[in-house]
Amino acid sequence: MIEAHSLTKRYGGKVAVDDLSFSVKSGRVTGFLGPNGAGKSTTMRMMLGLDNPTGGSVTIGGKRYTELHHPLRTVGALLEASWVHPNRSARAHLAWMAKSNKISPKRVDEVLDIVGLSEVASKRAGGFSLGMSQRLGIAAALLGDPEVLLFDEPVNGLDPEGILWIRKFMQRLADEGRTVFVSSHLLSEMALTATDLVVIGKGKLVSQSTTEEFVARATDSTVKIRSPHLDRLRPALDRVGATVTAADDGLIVSGASSDKIGELAMENQVTLHELAPQQGSLEQAFMQITGDSVEYHADLETEDAAEQPAGHASTTN
Amino acid sequence: MTLLAVERIKLLSTRSPWWCALAALLITAGFSTLVVSNAGGGFPATVSATQFAYTFGMAVIMVLATLAVTTEYRFGTMRTTFQAIPNRAAALLAKATVVALVALVIGEVMAFLSWGLGNLLRPEDDLALNSTADWLNVAGVGPVCALGAVIAVATGILIRHSAGAISLVLIYFLAVESLVQAIPTVGADIYEWMPFNVAHKVITGDGESAGASGEMLTPLSTSTLSPWWALAYFAGFAAVLLAVAITTARKRDA
Repeated sequence: MIEAHSLTKRYGGKVAVDDLSFSVKSGRVTGFLGPNGAGKSTTMRMMLGLDNPTGGSVTIGGKRYTELHHPLRTVGALLEASWVHPNRSARAHLAWMAKSNKISPKRVDEVLDIVGLSEVASKRAGGFSLGMSQRLGIAAALLGDPEVLLFDEPVNGLDPEGILWIRKFMQRLADEGRTVFVSSHLLSEMALTATDLVVIGKGKLVSQSTTEEFVARATDSTVKIRSPHLDRLRPALDRVGATVTAADDGLIVSGASSDKIGELAMENQVTLHELAPQQGSLEQAFMQITGDSVEYHADLETEDAAEQPAGHASTTN
Repeated sequence: MTLLAVERIKLLSTRSPWWCALAALLITAGFSTLVVSNAGGGFPATVSATQFAYTFGMAVIMVLATLAVTTEYRFGTMRTTFQAIPNRAAALLAKATVVALVALVIGEVMAFLSWGLGNLLRPEDDLALNSTADWLNVAGVGPVCALGAVIAVATGILIRHSAGAISLVLIYFLAVESLVQAIPTVGADIYEWMPFNVAHKVITGDGESAGASGEMLTPLSTSTLSPWWALAYFAGFAAVLLAVAITTARKRDA
């Protein structure tokens, strides 16, 4: 449904999106995951023809956005809930958008009803809470009854009730057979909403897979071992295909369970001082996968890196 | 037509155009009343005297026109617009047209209101519109305001920020052109072709509307064009500036 081919965007000397290719299947919720500043919003703006790609292209149903006739009827998008004139009423905002794509004025009241804003439709949008603005943005996206929906960080800043509402809403849209492409910097959020994931970091594609695969890989557990006979254990681990990284006073092993490592130690008559399975959180794992690609590091990152092996990222990519 | 309706909904569903229109009417009507009621000794009450304050009204209309564009950039609705209408040239052309039409209406209302007030205040003076020059002096205000609005829209598209665009438009309109005259030797020749000086020619002509004495309250335009050619020249200037602005907006990231 949505195809990006070597999409590249350069701002002066700075590369925001770098040779990015991915595809989004129709009729499912696809998460667009990446740390802040990874190029998610820029990519979405290029999808909507707002920003011109420096190179490559992105098409929706085989067409560039700018080639679509009455685009709101094919693609609904919520990039920023704040893109509304504060002194214009919610209804007037939707009325001009409907008019521009020859959508019936009746549809304006329909979508206001869907998002539950009917009662405040005549109030100025500037007085809306963040949750209400977000709903207005979603109403605008739904206006043309589009097949494809793009949402950029829709749950940012919302309270739990709002988050739950959006989550259920996106699933409902996908159940109706629509293609939903939603960006987020929170893997935990995406794990709950999306069936597929496109993960990017520093403008480059990190992975494209189903959410299940990604989460399984991201939470891929590691085992920490300490032993006075590491020189004997190490080749044995290599033989079974485990990835071994040296840690302060031992090894961090991934790709082999603690049971398996224990058995290997027994076979090779190795004394173990420590055999400790380590389960990383989804967040930590995500940070490791995209770790190299975070643009501006904070000191916090180094603490996390100490907890988990730095070399781990290379094994999962 | 659809795009014009879109821009009409957008423009008239916010309050600032209404306030600007009201301000333009009050300023011109107020000044005209003041000038016409004081006419007599130093200067006669003429058709041209009733339009003395059109530049102030026009300045307000140009602020309105600039804001119609820059607030869209400010609040991100320009992106929503381009998302709904990927053909940016068509969208911006529609906006310029709607703003120009609104400016035309405000300009005409402003001009005839001032002229009407003059008639009410000085029924004994000859304020009838007897000649083409008289008509142009009053009815010409609308088209000139409309074209001024197009120039302001174009500036708004190019600058995108309210404060910057409004100051540029106003400073240029109210000061820069007249200052050009101060340039030694060539100043006057350049000034002759400056767009708002030429636009002024449309309104004032050669001073025929100022009565037998030909005495104007404001200096006459130094343009040597006929009023109709002056209008065409001003329209051409507005069209070129708008074309430049639209070309820029098409290439730029929204």
